[in-house]
Amino acid sequence: MARKDFKVISEWVKKDSRILDLGCGDGTLLKLLSEERNGSGYGVDTSIDKIMKSLDNNINVINANMNNKLDYFSDDSFDYVILAQSLQVVNDPVDLIKEMLRIGNEVIISFPNMGYWKSRFYLFLKGRMPVTSELPYSWHSTPNIHLCTIKDFKQMCHTNNFTIVDEVISSGKGSTVSSSLSNLLGESAIFKVR
Amino acid sequence: MDIIKEHKLSIDTPLKLKSGKTLNSYDLVYETYGQLNDNKDNAVLICHALSGNHHVAGYHEGDNKPGWWDNMIGSGKPINTNKLFVVCVNNIGGCHGSTGPASINTETGSNYGFDFPVVTVHDWVNSQKVLMDNLGINKWQFVVGGSLGGMQAFQWALDYPDYIDNAIIIAAAPKLTAQNIAFNEVARQAIMNDPDWCGGNYLKEDKMPKRGLALARMLGHITYLSDKSMADKFGRDLKQEKIGFNFNVEFQIESYLRYQGEKFVNSFDANTYLLMTKALDYYDPVSDSEFIDKISSTMTKFLLISFTSDWRFPPSRSEEIVKTLISHNKSVSYACVKSDGGHDAFLMKNDNYFDVMRTYIENN
Repeated sequence: MARKDFKVISEWVKKDSRILDLGCGDGTLLKLLSEERNGSGYGVDTSIDKIMKSLDNNINVINANMNNKLDYFSDDSFDYVILAQSLQVVNDPVDLIKEMLRIGNEVIISFPNMGYWKSRFYLFLKGRMPVTSELPYSWHSTPNIHLCTIKDFKQMCHTNNFTIVDEVISSGKGSTVSSSLSNLLGESAIFKVR
Repeated sequence: MDIIKEHKLSIDTPLKLKSGKTLNSYDLVYETYGQLNDNKDNAVLICHALSGNHHVAGYHEGDNKPGWWDNMIGSGKPINTNKLFVVCVNNIGGCHGSTGPASINTETGSNYGFDFPVVTVHDWVNSQKVLMDNLGINKWQFVVGGSLGGMQAFQWALDYPDYIDNAIIIAAAPKLTAQNIAFNEVARQAIMNDPDWCGGNYLKEDKMPKRGLALARMLGHITYLSDKSMADKFGRDLKQEKIGFNFNVEFQIESYLRYQGEKFVNSFDANTYLLMTKALDYYDPVSDSEFIDKISSTMTKFLLISFTSDWRFPPSRSEEIVKTLISHNKSVSYACVKSDGGHDAFLMKNDNYFDVMRTYIENN
């Protein structure tokens, strides 16, 4: 079954688009966008294991570190630049989003919401850094160095003049959350930014 | 274990070279592995590098060593001869059977020697196309090469886009740097300053510039290995127990390099070495006035592979090609493989490298 954020992204992406998927993992998203939207483009991943899995999914994949190798891609050369569930692992999220906006017409970012009530309760009740099914790592071994809440993300966009044009917040059960309590009830968030 | 036999194709149609000269007739020596299918679309061309030749896999009768890329090519290997029909040809200018400086020029009745025309990657691709037509192959499913061989694979996609589905370019560069050319020039000077080179006509004088060619090979060999692989293999190990305060061969690395040099001169022609280094120096497809047209029109899919410890053609050089291909919206994938093997890593077994090759080939 496709991931919830993949489903939303596939709905957002227009037909025949040029797509760059940063932190593409095994290439599932690009494969999905190729099949459902006739999209084409490249995945980028730093792990050689992920490169092999992406090749097995028959997508174009570039073995590079998105923190420093985006000079592969020229200005405005893609319709969408996607960062799915990887914002929290990048060195400098603001710099990366600026790079993504340089390269793409629109930027799509999905991330786990640390404002989700379960995460808050974990820290509040247990007094320990949250370990959840979406974020299964201990604090000392996590690759997730830039976790944020939905409010944090919106604040960062505002400060840097990134325009949010669409958003979908999902609860733990996968249903869409649209209330003013999204930062509390949303487990994961997807934003489209210009 | 299959015994492989080489084949020879004699061509009488003149080959016009990039230099403006013409080879009126020439021989191509090649080997094949596996079976060409009925559709004639399962063929793979392997392009060899500087010191390579057409004997890429399997064993010749009586040999105890297989071809130079036998770990990559064969039954069940990444380039799987159970499914694919593999062809490798000794490039013209070579010294393993195809027409080169040591061959007899039928027009003069003696060796070409230093009169053999300078050949380029472009010329090799043209001669490989002649072989392709003669073998009745409609399309290469893959053209594969490492180093100078990778340059030929790239050139195939540019010059004959309708005849190639995939180019696999390994440990290559889009053109040589000043440092690369400098290494080649020192190698050439080593050969040309050997008194036995005789102005390039040593065969007529019944001599061989063995010292010069050995030096060229020793220099080349250093640049094919990494600092770490040399340190791991030889360190500062001595042949004797103590240093002798003299200039004999003392360190193991000295002994190894001399051995490599001596072994090489018995199987390689000095003028061929000069030609191969020139082909490398001249290669620069992006400067071709037709490059934009060529790269725009090719539908070839590309796979680029580099190795972390390669300092002859480091990953950044492969990445230049990747960047060019991306900027033209080409279908390209790229893997940078961790290896201590230096430039020669492309010839060595490495799980990640072989898995990338296997996965790409099985999916394309």
